[in-house]
Amino acid sequence: MSRLPDARRCQEWAEQMLSYALAAGAEAAEVLVRDGCELEVKVRLGEPELVKEAGSRAFGLRVLRDHRAAVTYSSDFADAAMRQFARESVELCDLAEPDPLADLPERHEMAREVPDLDLWDETAPSLDATQVLRLAKQGEQAALLCDPRVTNSEGAVGSRVMGATAFASSAGFSGGYRGTRLSLVVSPVCDDADGKKRNGHHWTSSRFASGLLDPETVGLEAARRTLAKLGSRKIATCQVPAVFAPEAARALLGQLAAVVSGGAAWRKSTYLAAREGTAVASPLVTVVDHPLLPRAPGSRPFDGEGLAGRPNTVVSEGVLRTVLCDTYSARKLGRPSTGSAGRGVGGGPHVSTSNFILLGGKTPAAELERVPQGLYVTDLMGFGFNPVTGDWSQGASGFWIDSGSRAYPVSEITISINFDDLWKSIDGVGDDLDTRSSVQSPTLRVPRITVAGG
Amino acid sequence: MSRAFVSVGRPASNPLAGIDAAVAEQLLGEALASGGDYADLYFEFRCGADFVLEEARVRSVGRALVVGLGVRVLRGDATGYAYTEELSSDCMRQAARTAGQIAAANRAVAPVALTPLSSSDRYRLPESSLLRPGLDKVALLRRADAAARACDPRIVRVEASLSEEWREILVFTSDGRLARDEQPMLRLGVHAVAEEGGRRQGGRSGTALRRGLELFALPGHAPEDHGREAARLALEMLHAEEAPAGPMEVVLGPGESGILLHEAVGHGLEADFNRKRTSNYTDQIGKPVASSLCNVVDDATVGHARGTINVDDEGNSGQRNLLIEKGILRGYLQDRISARHFGCAATGNGRRESFRCQPLPRMTNTMLLAGQDAPEDIIRSVKRGVYARHFSGGQVNIANGDFVFSLTESYLIEDGKLTAPLRGVNLIGNGPEVLRQVTMVGHDFKLSEGTWTCGKDGQSVPVGVGTPTVKIACITVGGTRTP
Repeated sequence: MSRLPDARRCQEWAEQMLSYALAAGAEAAEVLVRDGCELEVKVRLGEPELVKEAGSRAFGLRVLRDHRAAVTYSSDFADAAMRQFARESVELCDLAEPDPLADLPERHEMAREVPDLDLWDETAPSLDATQVLRLAKQGEQAALLCDPRVTNSEGAVGSRVMGATAFASSAGFSGGYRGTRLSLVVSPVCDDADGKKRNGHHWTSSRFASGLLDPETVGLEAARRTLAKLGSRKIATCQVPAVFAPEAARALLGQLAAVVSGGAAWRKSTYLAAREGTAVASPLVTVVDHPLLPRAPGSRPFDGEGLAGRPNTVVSEGVLRTVLCDTYSARKLGRPSTGSAGRGVGGGPHVSTSNFILLGGKTPAAELERVPQGLYVTDLMGFGFNPVTGDWSQGASGFWIDSGSRAYPVSEITISINFDDLWKSIDGVGDDLDTRSSVQSPTLRVPRITVAGG
Repeated sequence: MSRAFVSVGRPASNPLAGIDAAVAEQLLGEALASGGDYADLYFEFRCGADFVLEEARVRSVGRALVVGLGVRVLRGDATGYAYTEELSSDCMRQAARTAGQIAAANRAVAPVALTPLSSSDRYRLPESSLLRPGLDKVALLRRADAAARACDPRIVRVEASLSEEWREILVFTSDGRLARDEQPMLRLGVHAVAEEGGRRQGGRSGTALRRGLELFALPGHAPEDHGREAARLALEMLHAEEAPAGPMEVVLGPGESGILLHEAVGHGLEADFNRKRTSNYTDQIGKPVASSLCNVVDDATVGHARGTINVDDEGNSGQRNLLIEKGILRGYLQDRISARHFGCAATGNGRRESFRCQPLPRMTNTMLLAGQDAPEDIIRSVKRGVYARHFSGGQVNIANGDFVFSLTESYLIEDGKLTAPLRGVNLIGNGPEVLRQVTMVGHDFKLSEGTWTCGKDGQSVPVGVGTPTVKIACITVGGTRTP
């Protein structure tokens, strides 16, 4: 039944809405149109639990008059409604106060073309609920059958998202693109000796169906990860080396993204404000933000203000080269934008990463675990990060390392360190970059972290 | 239109105006045309506005209009779901048929004629804030901003924001229920940053209730109060010390500490996890799961509270549900699917983020009820421990019950007195274990009026939390200072 998202139709809507906004008295305006189509299925213990299928579209408008900005959002594409919404949005500008820095980007900054980043899988539209259900069933079944200690399941979820994005700006840009994304996650449950349940999961995701792991592999790995948690215990409070598995390291990298944002820098709400050109991480660490990688999960041909996407080296061998900026934060910091504006239909532009990648090192990941004693961290929990001070304390689980190998699973502990110290002290970067999501990291090792336990 | 009277009010025409029982009955019939046990329709119309004041300037004004229909068809425990933002006859019928895909053929149940549910009125307003002039709201933000700045020259940044929402829902079910509700929400938040000698710290204060602008005339809720509180917190934390690490006694202050209940118990009592036997609390009804001092309720009926609902998003009345009585587990939070599974009545906890989402069992206002102890006595009883006052959030793993929550204001307790403020503190524990460690419960119950939002399966819903002062005999404090 799926209606295919159509980037060209979205672009026509965006241009139409732009003309209505300008006709209504906006001095400058930009319009984002998103058209998406989702299919999500969930299987639990072999039975379908959810089949969800829907198309959805909306537009977001930013209008400026006299350097005053209003940001509005609607899903009503009826022509009369669009005209009225344009008028009402322009009126709202009167409530804001003039801020010349809030103007749209300069004309010469705008993207001139929309590169094809190979984000659309032609085979995706033909997948139907029955096929996705079959994938999910296969994945879950592989987990359930592989070991009698896998006693239950939180289910297997398969999804396909197809979307089109178009953007039109009176600063001189109009363009659109479309993309697909497929994923499968399997979440088995085991019963532990003390009556506790142990859950774990594994997932695969790709813009192309051909890029997915097969469901059995996902299910078996999910079961392996869950079984490994049986017998989890607390450990005593101590200070030891910590090895972060790529998925936990990815969470650290996501937090780093927040403190290298130009928006946080001009507000001085990051401990890295005014640290450009200085060491903010170990020389082993190089981080790039690269929106133009073909087929990558976070790729975008242009940013949320219509600027061309471009790779930015954020941290080079430990030195902070630049914070990432949208137009407003760049102006606040007295420089050009890095083309890093994100934009959702529901809000104005803000700094956001595209594919934010900590480049893999040369050390085989397994070698990083060769410490006499330490903690191998697989999962982080909670919100214990203060970006202003770098205070960092999170719930964690993983494995205790004894004599270079994983001795037993550990849970219900917290690990704490100052975030600046964490990055600067990294003494190992693995060769196992995990490319499944838009924030990508290999295994990382930190020589000393405080563990609070029992 | 002159500037003074620009409001971001509701549109003149209500997009749900044409939706009546006849339309609904036809769509329900369509949804069940290929079989299925049950179907429901969820119409939603939401309009909202937001204002942000930064650097003493209104930076941006926003507005959103959202309308849509979600259609659900159930067959056993399986859900078919579809939605549309376009309320044309064709689009609505298409959504109904798509949701009906889940049904096995040749088992049709005819929808029952609709009867309106008589509903409570737990958040009647003098007037929706959306109908007030925009400048009135800008003025509130200025008051908060000025109050925070006036506190101390070390306050170097203030950001104040206000958002308002009006959500109208219409629920029609194939077993004959018709429910309607109008749910307001008004939120004010202030973030202040203090700086001294190169050190910076932030503090936040805010409130979110189902009220109109009269909210700001309530005691403790003037914009100035929140401006000053955000500034106080930022200043206080400038000199905070590193927190200790390891297990110790912890006293939870009244109000916000209810987040502990939300994480440690609340999620684990959501019936879907128990129906699927993936919660720690599976098969525990009638058994002790907490210290006998603990009485826990989930209460959707508290007037104007953030988590309060007249009806849930499946058309059942919101109510007060006893979850734990003197430490004994009494019940779960049910939605329709789970209530059917357990053979019990719905508890009014079927909630969803929007018409794009299927309902799930969710909390409303989750509270630990008052006990007997004087709060001073509770603090005095602690030799060395941590006093927790403000929290930024928490998270739980439902299956094993492990939770963590992060403190934004806490103090060391030494010899029964609060001493140094602490920074970067987390508490980590296990739900059932930590509730057994509750050894004193204060008589000073307080419902937090902060902006709490609960996430589950990617859906966010507004909730409330509350507790009196509580002593926990042993919980792991995640600080940086090892003994």
